[in-house]
Amino acid sequence: MSTAAVDLFQVSKFYDDRVVVDALSFTVSPGECFGLLGPNGAGKSTLARLILGVASPDAGKICVLGEPVPARARLARRGIGVVPQFDNLDLQLTVRENLLVFGRYFAMSAAEVEAVTPSLLEFARLENKADARVAELSGGMKRRLTLARALINDPQLLVLDEPTTGLDPHGRHLIWERLRSLLARGKTILLTTHFMEEAERLCDRLCVLEHGRKIAEGQPHALIEQQIGCQVIEIYGGNPHELLPLVRPQVQRAEVSGETLFCYVTDPEQVRLRLANCTDLRFLQRPPNLEDVFLRLTGREMKD
Amino acid sequence: MWQRFAPALPANPWNWIAVWRRNFLVWRKVALASILGNLAEPMSSLFGLGFGLGMIIGGVEGTSYISFLAAGMVATSAMVSATFETIYAAYARMQTNCTWEAVLCTPLTLGDIVLGEVAWAASKALLAGTAITIVAVALGYAEWSSIPYALPAIALTGVTFASLAMVVSALAPSHDYFIFYQSLILTPMMYLSGTIFPMSQLPGSFQRIAALLPLTHSVDLIRPAMLGRPVDSVGLHVGALCIYAAFPFLVSAVLLRQRLMR
Repeated sequence: MSTAAVDLFQVSKFYDDRVVVDALSFTVSPGECFGLLGPNGAGKSTLARLILGVASPDAGKICVLGEPVPARARLARRGIGVVPQFDNLDLQLTVRENLLVFGRYFAMSAAEVEAVTPSLLEFARLENKADARVAELSGGMKRRLTLARALINDPQLLVLDEPTTGLDPHGRHLIWERLRSLLARGKTILLTTHFMEEAERLCDRLCVLEHGRKIAEGQPHALIEQQIGCQVIEIYGGNPHELLPLVRPQVQRAEVSGETLFCYVTDPEQVRLRLANCTDLRFLQRPPNLEDVFLRLTGREMKD
Repeated sequence: MWQRFAPALPANPWNWIAVWRRNFLVWRKVALASILGNLAEPMSSLFGLGFGLGMIIGGVEGTSYISFLAAGMVATSAMVSATFETIYAAYARMQTNCTWEAVLCTPLTLGDIVLGEVAWAASKALLAGTAITIVAVALGYAEWSSIPYALPAIALTGVTFASLAMVVSALAPSHDYFIFYQSLILTPMMYLSGTIFPMSQLPGSFQRIAALLPLTHSVDLIRPAMLGRPVDSVGLHVGALCIYAAFPFLVSAVLLRQRLMR
């Protein structure tokens, strides 16, 4: 029996003849936030379904909270809270009723649900909305209710499938702050996302996916240091293909993506000087991030 | 083999209750409108056909036509309520609102969900059938003493047609396909099963087909009960309805597993 919260070994999943997950292995330790990072179609949601035992792998072994999945997924799910990619709350019911209905799926009595409801509402900052119908809530409130609902069974492991997709920046920051407080309480989080910033801020370790394959794994900062390890200048406003030969001698590496030229340099001033004669160019100088790692590894941007 | 199909079966005998209670909680908010909507059609058929045709026809099988028809309408309304709840409401919970998807992330299995939905649809059928029975009894078209016998038969009819409709839900790519089930299966069955006129009026070959239909077995249980007559071959009718309930339940669970848990 594994002590890991989630343990995948050589897991593959096919839909018809298409490989969605390709011989993937990773381990999530208790108490850590592990990110699955990749563009849409990389197999992130399928992985979440496999871990929950809602879909079965075609090859490989999955073990979640000490239970083999999908064989004993039902038992594993007792200790898991799930935030799905798209809200599936009961819109006709109130906030309080949604928690009650969900608690019953975990064999909780009405009294048990009522006992934990105030703390969940406080956590989700929905104290004043307890008796509002879910249909009346904003997108951010619905997401926070979905998160509160996922905590009804006091789970050890949270599986969050793109928890902040579709939220405005304010709503996103609030969710991040809530997730950090859960990590501080010792919860394990498995997070899928295509937001680099989200992965960088929250994840202790992450696995970068492309077409169901792992293309990198490690701590966010270690990955950035290892793969990039220098400053980045984004140049736009001109034809990047014409600019590329001009800057090549000054940079360690340069890539064109869309209308932007990405230059990876130890001394950004050299590049600026080199292009001083070109008018209408705009420069954005910044530290490297996971987006650059993804671009480096796959030759294209993560953005969908 | 067992492991593959375990998620499609109920995990224990009580998990489904949580699904039933969820549906009940939502329904409670619109209960009055729902009851009126469910009753309007069978009631208008009962009175329209019962009084209108009843005057021309006179008596049928030793009773007034409206008394004969009342039992047919009870069985039909149980069939229609259970079917509609399953192909429209439960299908929406599965396909459009992703309610089932949320439940699949809890310790409940797909089998628990399907059982809860079937039980819920049967409850609505029981409610509709009982309401018509009570109206028929109050107006003197059926015996008061018939109610305890009619209710279990109505409930079983509900379970049977909810199970059958669950197979349709499991197979339908979208809700546009349900009209085929209604017009090609349910409506002919209503005419063949002796709900509106006695089966003895059908040509012989049709009678043999009709004898196999689940609605025929429902009517054969409900009508004698409502008219205060002894029911013939109770075991056969109950057994046939149980087979029509159990087999489609298992088929739908396996089909839904392929559809939702692939």
